[in-house]
Amino acid sequence: MQTFETKNRNRHIQEDMIKYALILAATISILTTFGILFSILFEAIEFFKLKSFVYFFTGTEWSPGTVDSKFGALPIFAGTFIITLIAMSVALPIGLGSAIFMSEYATKTQRTILKPLLEVLAGIPTVVYGFFAAITVAPFIVNVCNSIGLEASFNSALASGVVMGIMIIPVISSLSDDVITAVPDSLRKGSLALGMTKSETIKDVVIPSAMPGIISAALLGISKALGETMIVVMAAGLRPNLSWNILEDMTTVTVRIVDSLVGDQAFNSPATLSAFALGLALFVVTLTLNIVSVRMIQKFKEKYKMSSL
Amino acid sequence: MSKEMNPFYDPSLKKRHLKDKLFKYFTISSLSISLIFLAIFLGDMIIKGSSAIQQTYIQVEVSYNEKSKKSYRKAVERKYINLLSRAALREIPMKMKNNPSLMGTKKLVWMLADDQVDMYMKEYYYKIKSRDLKTLKALIGDSRVEKKFNTIFFTHGDSKTPEYSGILSAMVGTILTLIVAMAVAFPIGVATAVYLEEFSSHGKWSQFLEVNINNLAAIPSILFGLLGLAIFINLFGFPRSSALVGGLTLALMTLPIIVVSSRAALRSVPASIRQAGYGLGLTKVQVVKDHVLPLAFPGIMTGSIIGLAQAMGETAPLIIVGMIAFIPDSPSSIMDAATVMPAQIFTWAGMPERAYIERTAAGILVLLTVLISLNALAVILRKKFEVKW
Repeated sequence: MQTFETKNRNRHIQEDMIKYALILAATISILTTFGILFSILFEAIEFFKLKSFVYFFTGTEWSPGTVDSKFGALPIFAGTFIITLIAMSVALPIGLGSAIFMSEYATKTQRTILKPLLEVLAGIPTVVYGFFAAITVAPFIVNVCNSIGLEASFNSALASGVVMGIMIIPVISSLSDDVITAVPDSLRKGSLALGMTKSETIKDVVIPSAMPGIISAALLGISKALGETMIVVMAAGLRPNLSWNILEDMTTVTVRIVDSLVGDQAFNSPATLSAFALGLALFVVTLTLNIVSVRMIQKFKEKYKMSSL
Repeated sequence: MSKEMNPFYDPSLKKRHLKDKLFKYFTISSLSISLIFLAIFLGDMIIKGSSAIQQTYIQVEVSYNEKSKKSYRKAVERKYINLLSRAALREIPMKMKNNPSLMGTKKLVWMLADDQVDMYMKEYYYKIKSRDLKTLKALIGDSRVEKKFNTIFFTHGDSKTPEYSGILSAMVGTILTLIVAMAVAFPIGVATAVYLEEFSSHGKWSQFLEVNINNLAAIPSILFGLLGLAIFINLFGFPRSSALVGGLTLALMTLPIIVVSSRAALRSVPASIRQAGYGLGLTKVQVVKDHVLPLAFPGIMTGSIIGLAQAMGETAPLIIVGMIAFIPDSPSSIMDAATVMPAQIFTWAGMPERAYIERTAAGILVLLTVLISLNALAVILRKKFEVKW
């Protein structure tokens, strides 16, 4: 009698080994996340052993170089906040407008041409945006301001904010485009059948339905703006500046991180360790934003019972 | 029937239609703004970078003798010294050493001009002493000044003299770094995707993995730099500024992109393929290795190329791990100090000399060309091998 027995009796052992190797590979990503968390956390704890935790979040003086160094990060957080605000006020309307045009108005051929073009914006390295902001946009803003009698810094928050906003447009537009397209067509048809105009349908029916997805896109955009480094390193200032004037120079969390780690300081000086304290703040905020953003998208998916988005 | 008689007539209709039009114009204009920006941006880079295609050379008589072997300043007539590139002049004694037959001869040679002369020839802002300018104008009159194709930009590394600096060492550094990054990220990324799609039981553990990979993709890139600094350099003791450290850091950043795209590719392989395999008595590993993976491979490649392009443009984490060192010679191994193209662009952008601006823009054009070709390759691969099941 013929048996269908395999010649390789060790097969199940080999299979198990391969499976464990795959699990091992999958663990790397978890190790990375925890590696980032702990490497930042430990150094940040070292920093807070030397300098006050409360003053870090509430103090307004940042002077790492002096003998009696002070680390009040409030002006740095404020600068980050203002530049992010400028970036979002550019990216949100333009990104959302582009997404609405592409999903609601554009013909199929227009879409196939326009979508990759917008994605080119996302593919441009941030160092290139930084060069553009510093060499072209900042002098342009200074010239315009001079001609209308205002004074602007060459490292103005406005220049880096606007260019950062342009960088974020594709983040907002591509995710918003996906969710708007995913809104069931029956909703649109129902609204149009009731005599609403197209723009009324979009504003009152489509956008509210897609809202969780749009908010999620906006949160992702904010998280991107907070963590963006090259544009601000090249175009924004180094001076912590607590001000509302967007024509002045301001600094951000990422700029200070780069600045304190690029020099030749001793690794255990408070000036160097402050980079990790700032990094920890950045990590916590961006992670929270991302988790909320993912929750929002899940809500949207559940609402329309979609599996792929 | 007149409008007034129509019971469905809405008197505010005109206003509503106007609003409708305005809204449409708003969406069109927002898209146009993004595209106009793209055009302005590319145009600006091309205008600023195109002049770097050419570099100014001056024809002078070089005398190769004992004096010039000792001091390169003696090799050409004194009045030309300030017009010529110091870095190029410095090479003359070297050249004599390598070629002893030159000794005692005089030759008319096209020598690389100083960056200020180059700026003058390209009609930018320049700073040349009036005496030197007179000499230069006389030379131009004799047509002994010429702009030639800028080979130096592609055959030399970084230099403190702008006219003698190029992107070769940064290119080599980029290639080494990306080889390390992909050698680490590709196998781990694909293995993670295979595990999540084919082997995991979709329980709590794989859900945790999934959330984790999602979060990893959203962590700001600069924090990966902090990880590289704290773990690879301080803990493992790998050499600072090396392609090894930079590559490992980039690998961790590229990992989520490869995992997500590979999972999508694996998911697109229909279940019937797997069932046919099992039906013939194949084990799970055999089904995945011989049937599912080959079918998903084009998709995996597309995702990896996109990940590669993204890693190539990344700067911030590499600055943190020290890859902005001054590297005049190409690194020969992954342990050598190296720099990458975006970091080179960053360094040049911070230089005070005007001549570096065109080099920065030219470097950007080279980088963008490579990135766009990579993305185009990904699109072509997808189009060519895409299978509609």
